[in-house]
Amino acid sequence: MVTEAQVWGWLAEVPDPEIPVISVVDLGIVREVSVGEEVTVTVTPTYSGCPATSVITFEIDAALRRQGITPRIETRIAPPWTTDWITAEGRDKLRAYGIAPPVDGTAPTGRRVARMVGGNFTVACPRCGSTETEEVSRFGSTPCKAAWRCKSCAEPFDYFKCH
Amino acid sequence: MADAADLALRMGDSTLILGHRVSEWCGHAPILEEDIALANIALDLIGQAQMWLGLAGETLGRSADQLAFLRDAGAFRNLLICERPNGDFGHTLMRQCLFDGWHLAMLRRLIGSSEPRVAEIAAKAEREVAYHFERSSDLVIRLGDGTGESHARMQAALDALWPWVGEMFTGDATDAELAGAGIAPAPESLRAEWDATMDEVLAESTLIRPESDFAQLGGKQGRHTEHLGHLLAEMQFLQRAYPGATW
Ligand SMILES: [Zn+2]
Repeated sequence: MVTEAQVWGWLAEVPDPEIPVISVVDLGIVREVSVGEEVTVTVTPTYSGCPATSVITFEIDAALRRQGITPRIETRIAPPWTTDWITAEGRDKLRAYGIAPPVDGTAPTGRRVARMVGGNFTVACPRCGSTETEEVSRFGSTPCKAAWRCKSCAEPFDYFKCH
Repeated sequence: MADAADLALRMGDSTLILGHRVSEWCGHAPILEEDIALANIALDLIGQAQMWLGLAGETLGRSADQLAFLRDAGAFRNLLICERPNGDFGHTLMRQCLFDGWHLAMLRRLIGSSEPRVAEIAAKAEREVAYHFERSSDLVIRLGDGTGESHARMQAALDALWPWVGEMFTGDATDAELAGAGIAPAPESLRAEWDATMDEVLAESTLIRPESDFAQLGGKQGRHTEHLGHLLAEMQFLQRAYPGATW
């Protein structure tokens, strides 16, 4: 008989397909695990159109099948995913990988920010730690990231947007 | 009696058609960052369309894919502004800004919908659309209050798109029933907020708001412009040529 803790442990080994350095648990997209007659895993998508969502479901299914479990995977959209759910460990792993973790409290309000280039908050460079950085584009290589650059070490970097 | 499926079909078709339009820029935008931004926004809109059409399809007995790829123009319920051709980059941004302002206000009201499924989708989409509007309004301001060339292009875009604004705020019998049931706000009730926001954006853009309030109507009832058929011919080609194809 498996326990919920075991299932969480196995899921903590499933990498995010876009950012393989962090797990689907670190990312906060596994919302619930329940073990009864069957094992049910409830996941939530990050962005509505994120192409990684179906891959994540597939990877979770495959990881649990390797443990001899055929899980039921449910998708839940409410409450909507937020970067507040990214674990502290996940944030450290992002930074070590070269992606600046989200700056909490900077989710968009929809209030237009006139001439927003440069941003209205600072993001520390994941390479050198400098806060002499600037936003290049609010929409980066994946829906969850923005493109920034560091003026101290002159390197571009990805910033995981607050959401 | 109108129900959540009617609303979901209208929201799903507007986000799908605009999402497809924006995706036409992929590989063609003036600079790499804007190419990526446009592709990301298209992806958000198409993801939202998938949720809305999924909800509509539960009542209609069809999947989101079937609704997207196997209906003809007359069955689409999108706002006409969503099917307007892209024009130049400024025209695309102006269309996005006018739509995003409405979309954000609409989603914020739908979060309080009497239909929990509608409220859930709206809450999910709202965060994404807040990003869209911050970007589109910012760029409209920078290009409007930019060079002589960019200003002229943005004013031309605003003038050309203005007749397609009124439809966002014009209700029909379906809208009245949806509002009566607490499923969606009356479209007219979003106008004051949109006007106030847009007046601020236009003032800062140094662009002149057109005076005529003439509005082209019909999208929500399935009466479309000639542009939608061409868009569908491309978007639906694969499923029409190879029915049921998957990969
Ligand atoms: Zn640096």
